[in-house]
Amino acid sequence: MPLLDVRDLVVRYGTVTAVDRVSFSLEAGETLALNGPSGCGKSSTALAVLQLRRPDGGEVHFEGQELTSLTDRELRPLRPRMQPVFQDPYGSLNPRHRIRDAVAEPLRVQGRRPTPGEVAELLDRVGLDPSYGDRRPHELSGGQCQRAGIARALASGPRLLVLDEPVSALDPSVRAGVLNLLADLQDDLGLGYLFICHDRAVVRHFADRVVEMREGRVISGWRRP
Amino acid sequence: MEPDVLLSVRDLRIAFDGVEAVRGVSFDVRPREVLAVVGESGAGKSLTARALLGMVPAGATTGGTIRPDLSDRRGRRIALVPQDALSALSPVHPVGDQLAAAVRSVARVSRKEARARAVAALERVGIPDAARKARAYPHEYSGGMRQRAVIAMATVNEPDIVVADEPTTALDEEHRDQVLRVLGERREAVGAALVLVTHDMDVVREHADRMLVMYAGRLTELGPADEVLARPRAPYTAGLLASLPEHAPRRRRLPALPGTPPAPGALPPGCAFAPRCSLAADACHATEPEPQQVAGRLVACHRWADTPDLLQEAYRASS
Repeated sequence: MPLLDVRDLVVRYGTVTAVDRVSFSLEAGETLALNGPSGCGKSSTALAVLQLRRPDGGEVHFEGQELTSLTDRELRPLRPRMQPVFQDPYGSLNPRHRIRDAVAEPLRVQGRRPTPGEVAELLDRVGLDPSYGDRRPHELSGGQCQRAGIARALASGPRLLVLDEPVSALDPSVRAGVLNLLADLQDDLGLGYLFICHDRAVVRHFADRVVEMREGRVISGWRRP
Repeated sequence: MEPDVLLSVRDLRIAFDGVEAVRGVSFDVRPREVLAVVGESGAGKSLTARALLGMVPAGATTGGTIRPDLSDRRGRRIALVPQDALSALSPVHPVGDQLAAAVRSVARVSRKEARARAVAALERVGIPDAARKARAYPHEYSGGMRQRAVIAMATVNEPDIVVADEPTTALDEEHRDQVLRVLGERREAVGAALVLVTHDMDVVREHADRMLVMYAGRLTELGPADEVLARPRAPYTAGLLASLPEHAPRRRRLPALPGTPPAPGALPPGCAFAPRCSLAADACHATEPEPQQVAGRLVACHRWADTPDLLQEAYRASS
């Protein structure tokens, strides 16, 4: 059973069909890249997979469960298992919150009270010294901030990360370190990655499967042999 | 006879509140060349490029010389393609009107002639149905079309030098090559030069004649693009190129550089790259290296002779 199985996904904005019957599937421990130019529907696909924007058609099966037919309340217990990581590392962290609180937030949402040790372990996991927990986002570099965003996504114990251009805002020498981290985490934890990326060199390096999109449709796909 | 230098930059310095962001950079812009300026955020590449047009931010103090001074011939002899296409166009005037106004600001031509040049400039950058599109407003253009309209704006008066500040970040790969072709045609036609600020090494590889690598406000390496890409001599250039995923075999760890570039005003003593450099020796922590002639290029590094061929190693590991 695939970790994620998307069938004939449709997303419309008014009369515009942003995602037009897109299908793909992803196994645990695997990276599927959605690749294509801006406006091709890859980010809309990501939001619809996460049910952050309910799709207008099609099905999303996650760990064998069909998500589109679930109510928001029914989705809630599944959300910790599928987490987003966004492009803008500063914009995705509350500027007034300390890194330690930002990382712990997904656990608090679940009604848990994370210990300082748990947070320190998450920061360590993404290659940040636990002392960074006391800082605020603007005191971190772009690469460090993105690592904090990944730590927060890991906090709730996900099986799937939906990574929307996670390294596009980073300088090349810093980007390499974040890609290495994502590869290590996947190897260690068996995570599935839905990896949205417009950079073909990164996709070629990182992905097991690639789905190429244009104007809302899948135009081609390949899978690493 | 053609001069062999269009623009000569010597010891350019740009400071904010006494903190230097560009720290003594010298280079020439030659006719018919595409000069790529590469480096990471904070390296000073955009500041350097904009200084060529006399466009330094308010509050900055500058030192050094740029000859000839083209700042009062902006739009005519030298033009900028800015990064943010949306802010470069007025939202309340049709694109064609803005282009025609740019023509008439430097040339005594009829409205009809200005109009014709505007449409021709839009056609050159691959705007379909340019005569009709000239009547449309920027918000009626797609993102990629808007970026191309800005390039049409920069080239409509046929300048000698086009400075393009990350013109391709907002473009996908299909449009990127078309836009760079248009910018490149200008040099074939009139010997114009293109100064291209970019962090995209694919663009450098495919389009640049020479590349200037900057780090922490200084020149690190300057030379023929194909030679620098094939065998970088400065450890920073080597590390930067080796960290790119195109060189690495699938899922093998990328050779990431440790740490991050220093902020202006928080520079380490000696070479600014030394804390991140695996070759750093005592001299590197003591004195900042000056650019010197090495293997047909300029390299500012005490240890250039020991720079490993990281790319070769990466390729060897993949084969």
